[in-house]
Amino acid sequence: MSERTIMDTKAIGGCAPEAAICARGIARDFEAGQSTIRVLHGIDTDIRSGEMTYVVGESGSGKTTLISIMCGILWPTEGEVKVFGTDIYKLSDTDLVNFRLNNIGFIFQQYNLIPSIDVASNAAVPLIAQGVPREEARERAKVLLDKLNIGNQADKLPRQLSGGQQQRVAIARALVHEPRLVVCDEPTAALDASSGRRVMDLLREVAVAPDRACIIVTHDNRIFDLADRIIVLEDGRVTHDGKEMPDDH
Amino acid sequence: MIWIAIRMLTGDAQKFYGLLFGIGFSTLLITQQMTIFVNLVERGASGVYNAPEAEVWVMDPVSRTTDVSYAMPGTALDKVRAVEGVEWAVPHLRAQATVRTKEGDLEGVGVIGVDDATLIGLPARMAQGDKAVLFAPDAVVVDDTGALRFFPPEVNPIGERLELNDQRAVVRGIADAIPSFTSTVVLYTRYSNALNFVPGTRNRLSFVLVGVADGQTPEDVADRIEAETGLKAETREQFARAGVDFIIENTGIPTNFGITVLLGFVVGIAIVGLTFSLFLRDNIKQFGALKAIGVTNAKIVQMVGAQAGMVGLIGYALGVIGTVAFIKGFGANPFFKGFYIPWQIPLISFAAVVIILSITGLIAIRSVLKTEPASVFR
Repeated sequence: MSERTIMDTKAIGGCAPEAAICARGIARDFEAGQSTIRVLHGIDTDIRSGEMTYVVGESGSGKTTLISIMCGILWPTEGEVKVFGTDIYKLSDTDLVNFRLNNIGFIFQQYNLIPSIDVASNAAVPLIAQGVPREEARERAKVLLDKLNIGNQADKLPRQLSGGQQQRVAIARALVHEPRLVVCDEPTAALDASSGRRVMDLLREVAVAPDRACIIVTHDNRIFDLADRIIVLEDGRVTHDGKEMPDDH
Repeated sequence: MIWIAIRMLTGDAQKFYGLLFGIGFSTLLITQQMTIFVNLVERGASGVYNAPEAEVWVMDPVSRTTDVSYAMPGTALDKVRAVEGVEWAVPHLRAQATVRTKEGDLEGVGVIGVDDATLIGLPARMAQGDKAVLFAPDAVVVDDTGALRFFPPEVNPIGERLELNDQRAVVRGIADAIPSFTSTVVLYTRYSNALNFVPGTRNRLSFVLVGVADGQTPEDVADRIEAETGLKAETREQFARAGVDFIIENTGIPTNFGITVLLGFVVGIAIVGLTFSLFLRDNIKQFGALKAIGVTNAKIVQMVGAQAGMVGLIGYALGVIGTVAFIKGFGANPFFKGFYIPWQIPLISFAAVVIILSITGLIAIRSVLKTEPASVFR
């Protein structure tokens, strides 16, 4: 049986009805040559809608592994994850992929925009994947790009944009299909301080909603003040869960 | 998503053109070499095709093709004429001779003696002059290959004299003939003239050309001739096939062309495989992001399939167009005269392209399918 985390946010077993994500007993092992390394040690936590939740920690603390498991792209070795009440790892592979497509938006550290299609089409990718006709998808994406103040860049290729603008396109792509969960991996890591701050302000403005949860993995202390909640991971265990960073960090 | 896949492909111009080059080059090599091979071996039957009236060819039992024949005694002609179902039978002589050209060069030529009365044995069409010119003394008709080879462009071959086996021959016409396998110049003359031009042994009759009577089939008449005369008789199609088979069995051409076609296939796999793998590897992050967002592996396969399909279709079209341009471009060259692309060859090269793309696509896509969506967070 895995170790319990030092600081659990909810009692084991029960999921709060308002929880967007309910993770229980999450453990994850990785093979490293002949040995097995456990990077997450039975984490129990809930993520609530209407909040911007940060998962922070040093490199190797397991924060990326944790959000990968929470959003259904990495199978846990132990434990279960319910996202909006759906036990996602009990879904078939295809159903899980469709669940992600319809419920989760992703923002990656390196944006991962498709270089050969224009900004509007990049932002429209989730809609196109859902089967929305391309032109309609682009129009809906343009509305969001306008909201993100890059509507005038809609016909440009990603390489013609600055890093901050590209991240805004990534935000538009994450939100265009109106997901209930937005997952961001180091969204400001590739940006300078002011661009990072602007992107996070914008993200807070457009991504945080009463019916939407937003998890951000980061170790960028310049943006910690924008969090509604901060979960600190150390060596695969939750060591802090609160509104602000603990004093010793 | 297919549109996105196509844009991903065309957006990387270097690799896109590299893939087109790989497929186009393979298609060109396979299609062009197979076309040349087929047309070349078909020339083993050119002697048969150049005598279109003959429905049955009668020969000594050891004769194999129009160019590999053993002469028969002149009485064979009468024997054949006596067989039921034979509408007409005419003598046909094929021999080798040497010609001294006006420039003093010595050239080997084929001499074909056609029936004195009917001129059966001449090609169907004349490029210049009329078939009747052969009735003139010492008259020969040269095939168009010979007209180009023996005479400079500014000289009209008609009326020109040749020294044929130390005898005088006068060119009176040019035949529109299918060149022989070796592209040897052919001189047509009347049978009686040919006997004079070409010294030979006691027996001189190479073939008896036969037309069948109404209500008879060439196969039946050929069987009857064989049964009643002891000679070998083949229908036009059988004898044409024998000429083709002879070349396939007795030359290294199938092996050589086969190796080239195989090389085209291997080069296609190498270029396309490498480029396609690099292309997918370069886009692995994008594919990983798409998988994380919620694009299924089945859709990813469709996307890669669309990319391969587009490259395949355009590359294949370029290769076939290249082959057509090659055949058209060299159409004036006597070596390529009458060359055509049999419909089966583009189908075969299309199948080769499908195989190349299937093999390379399957190898390349494995890395994409094995990519975990979570890798985009690393």
